[in-house]
Formats: sequence, structure tokens, C-alpha cells
Amino acid sequence: MTDLAAYPSGLRARAEELAAPFPALLADADQLARTLMMGGHGRRRAGAGSEFWQYRPAQAGDAARAIDWRRSGQSDVYFVREKEWQAAQSVHFWCDLSKSMQFSSLENSATKHQYAALLTLALSILLMNGGERVALDSLGTPPRIGGQQLRRIAEGLSTSQNVENGVPDVSNFAPQSRAVFLSDFLGPIAPIEAAVAAAADRGIGGVLFQILDPAEEAFPYQGRTVFTSMAGSTSHETLRAGDLKERYLDRLSERKAALRSLAAQAGWQYSCQHTNASAGAALLWMFQALEQGTR
Amino acid sequence: MWVLGPIGFAAPFLLWALLILPVLWLLLRAVPPAPKRQQFAAVFLLLGLDDKEAQAARSPWWMTLLRMLAVAALIVAFSGPVLNPQSGEDDDGPLIILVDGTWADAPVWSSQMARVDEILAQADRSDRLVAVSVATDTPAQGLTFKPARMWRADLVGFSPAPYVPDADALLRAIDVVDQEASTLWVSSGLDYPRRLDVLAALERLGAVSVIETPRNVLALGPVMRADGGVNAVVHSLGSAPDREVTVSAIGPDPSGIERVLGHVSLAVSAGATPVEFALRPELRNRVTRFEIDKEPSAAAVQLVADSLKRPKVALISGQSEGGDIDLLSPLHYLRAAFEQSSDIIEGTFDDLVAANPDVIVLADVARLAGDENAKLLEWTSKGGQLLRFAGEKLAASDVARDGIDPLMPVTLRAGGRSIGGAMSWGEPKLLRPFAEASPFFGLEIPDDVAVTSQVLAQPEPELAARVIATLADGTPLVTRKTVGQGQVVLFHVTANAQWSTLPLSGLFVSMLQRLTSASSVGEAQDSDLQRQVLSPTLLLDGFGDLHDAGLSEPVSGEVFSNASASAKTPAGIYETQDRAFALNVFGPTSKLVAAQWPSSVEMIGAQNAAEVSLKPVLLMLALAALALDLLAVLMLTGRVTYKGAAPLFIAGCVFAMGVSNPNILLAQSAGAQQDAFLQAASSELTLAYVLTGDKAVDDVSRQGLVGLSQALAARTSVEPAVPMGVNLETDPLGVFPILYWPITLSQPPLSAQSYSKLNAYMRSGGMLFFDTRDGDISGFGQATPLGTKLRDIAYALDVPPLEPVPQDHVLTRSFYLLDAFPGRYVGADVWLQKSFDQEPSSEGMPFRNLNDNVSPVIIGANDWASAWAVTEDGRALRPVGSGYVGEQQREMAYRFGINLMMYVLTGSYKSDQVHVPALLERLGE
Repeated sequence: MTDLAAYPSGLRARAEELAAPFPALLADADQLARTLMMGGHGRRRAGAGSEFWQYRPAQAGDAARAIDWRRSGQSDVYFVREKEWQAAQSVHFWCDLSKSMQFSSLENSATKHQYAALLTLALSILLMNGGERVALDSLGTPPRIGGQQLRRIAEGLSTSQNVENGVPDVSNFAPQSRAVFLSDFLGPIAPIEAAVAAAADRGIGGVLFQILDPAEEAFPYQGRTVFTSMAGSTSHETLRAGDLKERYLDRLSERKAALRSLAAQAGWQYSCQHTNASAGAALLWMFQALEQGTR
Repeated sequence: MWVLGPIGFAAPFLLWALLILPVLWLLLRAVPPAPKRQQFAAVFLLLGLDDKEAQAARSPWWMTLLRMLAVAALIVAFSGPVLNPQSGEDDDGPLIILVDGTWADAPVWSSQMARVDEILAQADRSDRLVAVSVATDTPAQGLTFKPARMWRADLVGFSPAPYVPDADALLRAIDVVDQEASTLWVSSGLDYPRRLDVLAALERLGAVSVIETPRNVLALGPVMRADGGVNAVVHSLGSAPDREVTVSAIGPDPSGIERVLGHVSLAVSAGATPVEFALRPELRNRVTRFEIDKEPSAAAVQLVADSLKRPKVALISGQSEGGDIDLLSPLHYLRAAFEQSSDIIEGTFDDLVAANPDVIVLADVARLAGDENAKLLEWTSKGGQLLRFAGEKLAASDVARDGIDPLMPVTLRAGGRSIGGAMSWGEPKLLRPFAEASPFFGLEIPDDVAVTSQVLAQPEPELAARVIATLADGTPLVTRKTVGQGQVVLFHVTANAQWSTLPLSGLFVSMLQRLTSASSVGEAQDSDLQRQVLSPTLLLDGFGDLHDAGLSEPVSGEVFSNASASAKTPAGIYETQDRAFALNVFGPTSKLVAAQWPSSVEMIGAQNAAEVSLKPVLLMLALAALALDLLAVLMLTGRVTYKGAAPLFIAGCVFAMGVSNPNILLAQSAGAQQDAFLQAASSELTLAYVLTGDKAVDDVSRQGLVGLSQALAARTSVEPAVPMGVNLETDPLGVFPILYWPITLSQPPLSAQSYSKLNAYMRSGGMLFFDTRDGDISGFGQATPLGTKLRDIAYALDVPPLEPVPQDHVLTRSFYLLDAFPGRYVGADVWLQKSFDQEPSSEGMPFRNLNDNVSPVIIGANDWASAWAVTEDGRALRPVGSGYVGEQQREMAYRFGINLMMYVLTGSYKSDQVHVPALLERLGE
């Protein structure tokens, strides 16, 4: 009896706990997206769309129902009303959900994952508002538009993968689409390079967005320390962590340079952002980078 | 116990553990401080980055040393190190503990006894038989051995004696012991006669070890009269280089209460330091003893008895002095005789009698004026000593011819007689040896004392009893008669050498001294004491306190004159019929001699006599080392940065741990104590009661005021603190609003300072609340003992005119409306300051307009404290009345208390309240 009574409420409690981040994430992303004014996204030529483009004299072959009778009534010529071609772009997001992204050294313990998820969702909202279709790599679904897809993305972003470093899977990316990779790119770089190369081969342009924790940039460690990876698979012991700082920072800047050159080779955009910096600026940059690639 | 130098180890086998230290060294060196674990996402970037300094894989050497130190300290600590280990702990043979127990031990007696107790505790642990003896008080049956436990209870019965040990008695006691026994001799550090014999006897029984406390022994030497005061010598022996001591002269003040009459502070160095007292003759005559303050030892006290007293002798001659040759003057010989020992005053008769001398000498004065006669008689009967000398005038006059003159011991025959002259028969008469009843008994009579002329006494029945010196033919030479408390003595010869050679001889001086009690210490004492019996009245104990001698055995003068303080003749005051003699611990020839010990005895110094366990110290050391290690590890592993305040904080903690020591807070000085008292009394309103010295009464006072305080706190906005007892002599009074003073018969008289303090207190707004506590028997017109006592106490107080509390007094309505003031008793009047009755009560007004001050004194008899008193758990302490009526009476007592406090605190405020309606009315307009 008690079990039965307890079960629904317990389930609900867990469900609510689980669901709690979504509205917050959605709301945050929505609020973030509102800061950018969404402009028109037309192709500046006639085609399928909703916006009026031009009236042209009807030609042979035009269906009678295509004739705009109101405009034609003003003269003796039949006019056809043409609309601007609005082709929707597909944008594939790969947000790194690995353990590595769970690291935080900040006082509010905002992880790189949270930062990346926020940016992903906000950008998704923006893109959907612009009529683009959006897909999240980890879901494996084709790019879609609409609130349902947004909720699905939000759900997908709140999961995490129990792996050390994430690897993007570009196999189901639509050709000629856009890709956004959000990660700390601190794992082995070879899978990333492979993924970017494969995407570029299929004509996919995109953005490499590196998200780092301030501690990863400052390396404020001293004394004898065993550094373990977030999933615990790898560790490194040092007796004087302070001595490692210089060499670590060298390696970090090497990695950044490698990412930048990778992006440049593939015609992609690259940027690096810290989790203690404003998400708005990062969102603006990414939006602009995507638009640039579109034109 | 294994002893290494000054340190012994209770568990020395643990020290073997020190051998593992080298192993530990290697182990500790090999194990670096534990790393801290840090999750780090970019660990892949770190892979392959090696440390530059490979040596850091091992602990730094100093950290290893620190840990070794900690471990070593722990090992040594648990091996039970003891500084100054007690030797002979392993012995289990019989033990003799011999305590010198002289006055020199007295200042440190309690610590000596604690030391002995410690030794006994140790002996008890090893089940030894012990004989404890105080050398000055050896048991008659000799030393007896008992288990140590039984001695520990007896220790409180031992006390130091005011004399040195008697070696003979001690040897007899030691001789009784028929077994081997080691000895522990607790020495005072002073030598005494034949001490080495005792030591030899003890060494025959077994090993002797000596505990000697090196400390400063002080003694006050005999006090000598000097010009303008007295001189004495403070003897000092021992370590303290320069000690500041105060020597006080103590004696009764005019009201008979013992007080310090003078004191001198001086720095005493080793050896003899002279002390000079400036004392006026008035004060000097009153001094009974000198003592060194804060040195509770019999040798620090010098009893003076009568030796400092110099009688005042008034000399009156019947002849005019003018132009006479000195040798013919009747006063010349008297002056010479009294000069040494007395203060001589001369002048007109009225002045002399007014100066109230001890002795008045009338040299050949026949007739006095009627007025003078009466004065002289009065003076004599109050204890004066009248010495009369015969002469031409007396012989020619008709004084005491027809009957006994009140100022003459005998009736005289007309004329007189001359013997041995040219016109007479017979030789000049010699003196007959003094009879036993005579005050001159025992004095040597020189051969050359001869009498040629004298006045003759009428043979009468009383004559024989009155004669105290006779000539060889039995004719009275000196006669005496008591008058009241004094006496009249007549020398039947002149005071100059005309009639006899007596004034030329030393006998004259001795006789006068015996008559006037005017001898000084040292001179003529032996002769004074010849054939006298002295009975002790006050005896000194080892601590230098005087006690009543009780039924102590009298001592003969011959013995006394050669006696030094001993068990038979203890130091104290001894009295003959008319004089008091002092026998002091420290005589004129006494010296402080340090005890020398042969090398055969084992010396145990007292300062290192106490075992000091080093375990706590070592454990603290280990702890401190570990704390430092912790700090170092934290810094090495980067958990604490160099910049942070944490290392400083931790170091501070470690330092404070090591340094902080409760002993730093030494005893507070008296001033600080007084400050504390004032602070406690003034931080809140505090009721106070006078400490009467009777504990039961004081307790009831305190509990009564506690009860009143509780009632006040419960019913009014007055919330007093815990009541305080006040010692009128020492404590400041000004901070208390009221002093409850229960009168007891045992209340000691107050000093003049206390009276002035109390008067100042009353003048500055304080109130004394006297409670004679006899409301059941006192009443109007009845003098009770406590009432009389109150009168005695209050005579010097500035008490205003009193009246019973009038019915319209503020006290009757300051909080409750009361018509009686019951305490434990009902009905006795309560008296307070008489109010100014200027305004008669006006029409329709129930109260007179009394706006006078708060009465500085309230006197009652109803034993209020008993009615108020509550126990700790809030129950009433004393019954009041019976049943419900009694409880109602107690309630009324509380109400009186509250009214009283309101009266004390608000004064006539309630009386002013009658004006409130008028004031309000005026304001309304």
C-alpha cells in the first residue's frame, strides 16, 4: 500500500527534478536569443517562400490559379505574384557532452557543459526563429524546426556521456549544411581533425567553438599533485605542480593554434571562450560566424 | 627506576625503542608527503611533463628530522622520565622521618608537612614501616614504627615548637629503636646543640638523608631601650640577598585593644641588621611585643613584658632647693637612684598629680594642704605608689601622732631617736636580713649600711604586718600600707645621707626598684628574681602567636634567670606578684647558625626535592613537532600557500600552546582585590550586610538578603545582585546603599578608622540598618544585652536624634501601605531619624509634609533577616510564627523589606507624590 502510494509521488518527484533544468535552460536560451534581433533570411530571388517578391506578367505555362487577379484587374495584362525564395538551412550541432566538459573551478561551479548547452540552445532558438532547421548530433535525428525539436534538443543537452572526451559523428550530417562544434577540444585532436575533414569534404561549413575553464587557462596548482582526468581513466602525478605551469600553457596555446589552422583549412571559423565570460558575446560571435558562412 | 644524571626513568626498557629511529629515518626519507588529488580536464596536455627536480621524490631532510624528533620525544615521554627522582624509593626497610619542628620551620610548616605527607605516601606505596617524630616533641616511649598510612592522619597534630630540640630526649627516643632503619631528616636548616650526636645515633641505625629547604630564616633579637625609642637587631640567615621586612611594635591602645603602635621597614641582608624604633615614652610604655610582619615564627617575636616600661616618678621635697648643696638635698640621692630606670618629673604639686605619675616620692614632707591631701589620696587609691621619707620636718610635726594618717602607713611616736651619736648610747644600727614576706626578700645587705637616726613607729597590732624592713634590733625601718589599689611606703630615715648611710649604698637603688618595679632588662635581673616564683601567663607557640598559658607550671626565679626557651620553660610572659618578665626564643646571646652536615649524609635539596615528571613536557614537544610537520606538509603539498595568513595563524597557535601557562596569573595584589570587590559591588545594585564574625549570624544575614533580593526582583523593578558581606575594617562601604547590621555579643570593637569610615558612609547617604534581633524580649525601657552591645558599638557613630517610626512616615507607604514592621518578631519599635515637625498636619491631609532626608540609620529588633532568609532551593529558612498567620507575618516582613529598599533608593519621593494632583492641575491650566 505504502509502496503503491509512494510510487507515483516518488516518480513524479524524480521526474520533476529531472525536468527542472529544461525550462530554465530554455528560458535562459530564449532570453539569450532575444538579445539578437532576427533579420530576414531571404535569398533575394523569387522562389518558394512566404514574403512577396515581385509581380511579373503571366507567361504561357503559368497555371491559371497562379494569376493574381487583384493586380491583373488594374490593367489589361495578367500578372503573377512571385514570392521570394526562402530556402531553409540545416545546422548540425555537436555539443561535447563528455566528462571533460563537467570540469569547473568557478565558485558558482558553472561547468563548461552548462555553458556549451546554453549556447547551443540559444543558437538553436535563434536559428529556428530564422526559419532554419536544427539538429543535435547526439540525438541522431534529421534537422527540424519547431518547438518540439527545441525541446528534444534541450533534452539531449541535459544528458551526459560517460566518456573522457567526446568525438563528433558527422556521418549523418546533411551535405552542404552547417555544423557547430562546441567542446573544450582538450582530448586527442586526431578525431576532431578527422571529423572536420569529413564534414568539409561534404561541403559543410561551420564553427569550431572552444570553451575553457579559467583554471585551465591559469593553472593555479602548487605542490605535489596527482591530476586525474574527469572520468578517472588517466592521471598524471607531479611533485611540484607549479613547475609545470609554463610548459602546460605552451601546450595549451599549441592546441589552440592547431584548432585555428584546422578551421582555416576547412574554411571554418574558430573561437575560444571562457566559462566566466559573457555568453551573450559568444552567442553573437557564433551567429555572425554562421551568417558569414551562409553568404 | 633507572637514573641518568638528574633524570630518572620509570620504564627505562621503553628507551630501547630509540634504536628504531635510524630505521624510521630511512623509512620517513623514502616516503614523501602524500599528494593531493586534483581532477583536471586538461590532463591529456600534462601527460609526459616530468618534474625537473627528481630529488623531491623524498621528504626534505629537515622534515624527516622533525618527525624523528617527535617520535623520539614520544618514546622518551612514555618511558616515564622524572626530573629529580626520589632516591630510596626501592627501599622497603623501616624509615624514620625526623622533622626538626622548631620555630624556624614555622613559616614553611604547611609545605614541610605536605612534603612529609608525600614521603609517607611513597612509603605507603612500598609498604614501609615508618616512625615520624618532631624533634622538639619526641614521644616519651621513644620512636615507634607504624604503617605509613596511619601516620598520615596524625600529621595534622604536629606543630612547630618555639624552642630548639632537646638532644637528650631525642637520643633517648632513638635508643629505643632496635632495628636497622634509614632516616629522612627534614631539617629547618638551623643548628642546635648536640645535633651531630643525634646524627651519629641515627647513622648507627642506617643511612641518613637530609631534606633541607634553603630559605631565609629571620629572627628578631632582644629589644633595648635607647634615646627616643628602642633598638633591636634583625638576624637573617640564608639565601635571599636583601629582603624587605617590616618590624612592628604592638601593644594596647588607650581603649585596651591591641594595635600596631609603630613600625619600621628595612632591607635585611644576611647577618645582623639593626632596627631603630622611634617611640615616644607614652607609646613605648605600652608596647608588649615586637614582631617581624609576615614571618610566622616564634623567633620573629620579641616579647618585652615590662622591660620597656619606665615608671614616671614625681619627686617632691619639703625643703626649698634654692642654694642648697647637692649632697644635702634630700632629692639628690633619689634622682640618682631613679635616673637609670625611670622618667623623673619635678614641679608644683598640682602639675605632678595631674601628670598621673606611677610613683610620687615625698621627701620629708610633713603636712599637705587639705585639697592636696585629698588629691593624693585619690591618686594613691587608684594604684599610685606613694614613697615617703622621714626627716626633720616629719619628726617635728604632729602628722600621724594621734592616729593613722591615711597617707602614712603607721602612727609615729613624737620625736624620734638617734643612735650612735655623741650624746647617745649604742652603736649605729645595722639592718636585719629581709623577711620572706618582704618585697626586698633576697637582696644582699652590705655591711656598711648603718642607721643613726630614725622616726619610730608606735607599737600597734597592725605594725608587724606593715613592716617590710627592720633594723637589727627589730625597730621598723620601712613600713608599708595599701591604700585602695595603691600603697604608701614610709622610709623611717631621710632620703639623704643625714640619718643613715642607706642612700649611699646600692641597696637603696635595689630597694627603690623593687618598690617601683623599675628595673630594666639585663641589669639587676638576677637579683630581682632571687627567691621569686614566676608563673607563666601567656605563652608563644611556634608560629609566634600568644596563647593563654592555662595551668602551666610556675618557674622559680633562679631557674628563670638562666633559662632559655625550652620545653620546660617555654617562651612567653611570666609574672611575679608585681612584675611581668618576658622569656624570648631569641635571647641576647642567640645566633642563627646554619646546620652543617657531614659528607656521609645524603642531601636532598628542597627546591629539587619535588619530583617533576617530564612526560607532559615531552608530549607537548612531540605535539609541537607534529604540528610544525603538519604545517610543513601543508606547505609542501601546496594546500597552504606562503602568502596566506594560515601559516602565521598555525604557528601562532603552536607558540601559544607552548607558552601559555596558567601560573602566569599570579596571586592578585591586595589593591587589585579591593578593586575587584568594588567592581563586584558596584556593577549592580548590591545589598550588603556586616560580617559580625559569627558564622551562623552571617549566613542568616546573607540568606535573608538573598530572600529580600528575590522578593525585590519579583515584585519591583529593583533587581539586586547577590548580597555581599562587608568587613567593616577592610572593605570600602561607599558603594552600598544599605548595610544590614545584625548585632551579636561577640562583635569585636571597631577601630577608629572604621568609625570614621562609617560616619563618612552615613553622611554621604548610606544607611545603617541595625537589627538587635531580640524583639521578643526587648521593649520600651528594657535594656537587653544586645541593646547594650548596640549602644557600645554606636557610641562613636554620628547618629542623629531618633524617634520611633511615626505612622505617617514615608517608610509606611513607599511601596506597600504598612502599619507595622514585623520581622521574625512583631511589635518592637523601629527607630529612625527624628523628622522635622514644622508643619502640623493640615486639614483633610492624612500625612504631614515631611520632605526631609533619608534617615542614615534605622534601628530595630525584629530579626528581619531570619524572616527573609531562604535556602538555596527557595524554601524559607526559619519559621515565623505559626501556620497561616506566620506566613502572613513573613509576607509583611518582605513588604517591610521592600518598603525599606524603596525608602533607601527613592528617599522622600513618595512623600512628594502628594503634590502630584496639584501639579497636574496647574499644568492643565
